[in-house]
Amino acid sequence: MNNYVTIYPPQSTFLFVVFTIIKMVIVFTVYMVGVALLTLAERKISAWMQDRHGPNRVGKGWLQPAADGLKNIMKEETYPGAAYTPLFVLAPVLSFIPALVTWAVIPFAAPWASRWGMIDMVLAPLPVGFLFILAVSSLGVYGIVLAGWSSNNKYALLGGLRSSAQMVSYEIAMGMSTIPVLILAGNVSLNQIVQQQATMGWNVLNLTVAFFIFMIAAFAETNRLPFDLPEAESELITGYHTEYSAMKFSMFFIAEYANMVTASGLMATLFFGGWDIPFTLWDNIAPHTLLKTVITQGFFAFKVLFFVFFFMWIRWTLPRFRYDQLMSLGWRFLLPLALAYIVIIASVVLGIDAAGLWGRYIGPGRILSVANIILLAVNMVLCFLLFWVLDRGRIISPAYSRLERRDLERLRAMSAARIPVTAEAGD
Amino acid sequence: MPEHLPLFYVFNFYLFGLVAIVSALLFVTRKSPVTAALWLVNTMFSLAALYVMLDAQFIGAMQVLVYAGAIMVVFLFVIMLLNLGHPSELADARGRGWQMAAALVGLALLAEIFALSRAQSPESLELPAGYAAREIMATGAITPVAGPLFNEYLLAFEVTSILLLAAVVGAVVLGKRRSGDAR
Repeated sequence: MNNYVTIYPPQSTFLFVVFTIIKMVIVFTVYMVGVALLTLAERKISAWMQDRHGPNRVGKGWLQPAADGLKNIMKEETYPGAAYTPLFVLAPVLSFIPALVTWAVIPFAAPWASRWGMIDMVLAPLPVGFLFILAVSSLGVYGIVLAGWSSNNKYALLGGLRSSAQMVSYEIAMGMSTIPVLILAGNVSLNQIVQQQATMGWNVLNLTVAFFIFMIAAFAETNRLPFDLPEAESELITGYHTEYSAMKFSMFFIAEYANMVTASGLMATLFFGGWDIPFTLWDNIAPHTLLKTVITQGFFAFKVLFFVFFFMWIRWTLPRFRYDQLMSLGWRFLLPLALAYIVIIASVVLGIDAAGLWGRYIGPGRILSVANIILLAVNMVLCFLLFWVLDRGRIISPAYSRLERRDLERLRAMSAARIPVTAEAGD
Repeated sequence: MPEHLPLFYVFNFYLFGLVAIVSALLFVTRKSPVTAALWLVNTMFSLAALYVMLDAQFIGAMQVLVYAGAIMVVFLFVIMLLNLGHPSELADARGRGWQMAAALVGLALLAEIFALSRAQSPESLELPAGYAAREIMATGAITPVAGPLFNEYLLAFEVTSILLLAAVVGAVVLGKRRSGDAR
């Protein structure tokens, strides 16, 4: 294994095409199988959270996604009489493709210096990498809007309109929240963003507030609870996919999980160092062996799966927002906050630049970078202000903190009186 | 097209050019407003591909992000809310005379494009061959755009942003309920 050349020869066009095709096949397969298994994971995790068993029949539950897929292919495709068929068929595809295309630019492992030349573990290392992601993810709304409109059903249309308003609103907050990342990286290429985090520490510590904004916006962009207003089965039946059946419905389902994986991949790449292994620079320097590629790939997969789990965790924990709350959160809280945060981070970076503190370290070894400590301190202060001072009893404090003391006493007395069992059960 | 370009490039140029033209024609001729809007989105995609082929990746990404991803979504939103009725009931409001005038203007534009594509562009507008590709390799895709924009043309940029701000304020004023209105 040790006989690869030390100076990497440029790959020929032929080899480039061959390796790109191999990477495409691998990424596509892993992605699709992963998405199928995630539908099972969601059901198992929800069962675990609600003290149930979940699917446990078809192959002990493991073959449930295959059985579901088979069922959906065999079922009859229904077409509502009043639907506009070309767009009705196109919509599920349109909602799925943007999520898949995004993976073309996300680097998923350290590059591998093979005997055929350096192989980047990313399908397309575009120079505009991050802007490409923003551009493609802004297209995800078409699938849902067109599904809602072409179904010619009032519930579907309402779901489609809701989703277009919601996704356009949160896209802005999402884009704004990532500008500090670009300020720190000094570039929009995702490879460079990952490299910058390897040397400067993960962005979740440098840009904590941006991470929270991005995460909330990602939940809204993927239409997951607590922001699943476009579906809202208690109000709109199932919103935009009310009229869909069989495999076309399944495509929407796949698209939801695909979007979730993509959003998780973005959070891992932009804020959690991508494939970087924390506390070591071993993975970022030559020689780029296959072992390093495999291990960094494992770390990346772990980060992505953690966020996928986080999506499911939130879904089975929080109830749905009301629509006006959703809009006011997006426009009146997240957007001004993101804009203010850009100004703050830009001034801090300017200050660090002016003081010449990049690359300065304090203490023994090259561990505690001054710039990182300043950024971390700024973020801790901002987080404290946001979560405790500006919060006014909404997020961190318990639900009863907004009540008057007298009302609280009254409610406690009511619930204490209603429980007839032992003293331990009350109060 | 110059002769020295690789076949793959030439193929893609004609492919996306053709798609853009056909989509634009379909955009003008479709009766259903939603379908027409979607063909316009397709035109914008093809234009973005052409921008990328000109080494203007940033412009290409912005084309998709701003036009296809934001403006056309709002267009669709408005079209859906307007509820124009079934496409077959929509009539072309303009008479034959206006159609002829539009066709003439279109022909004039086409002739102008042909004339311009054969004309020699002035020296000052031409970049050295491969300039954009070299800049992108050296400094990334954004710096060649951002550098001049925020250094040489900063004043123009700021004036434009005041224009946009005025538009935003105007929209807010129009959208705001007057004090006399019932809540």
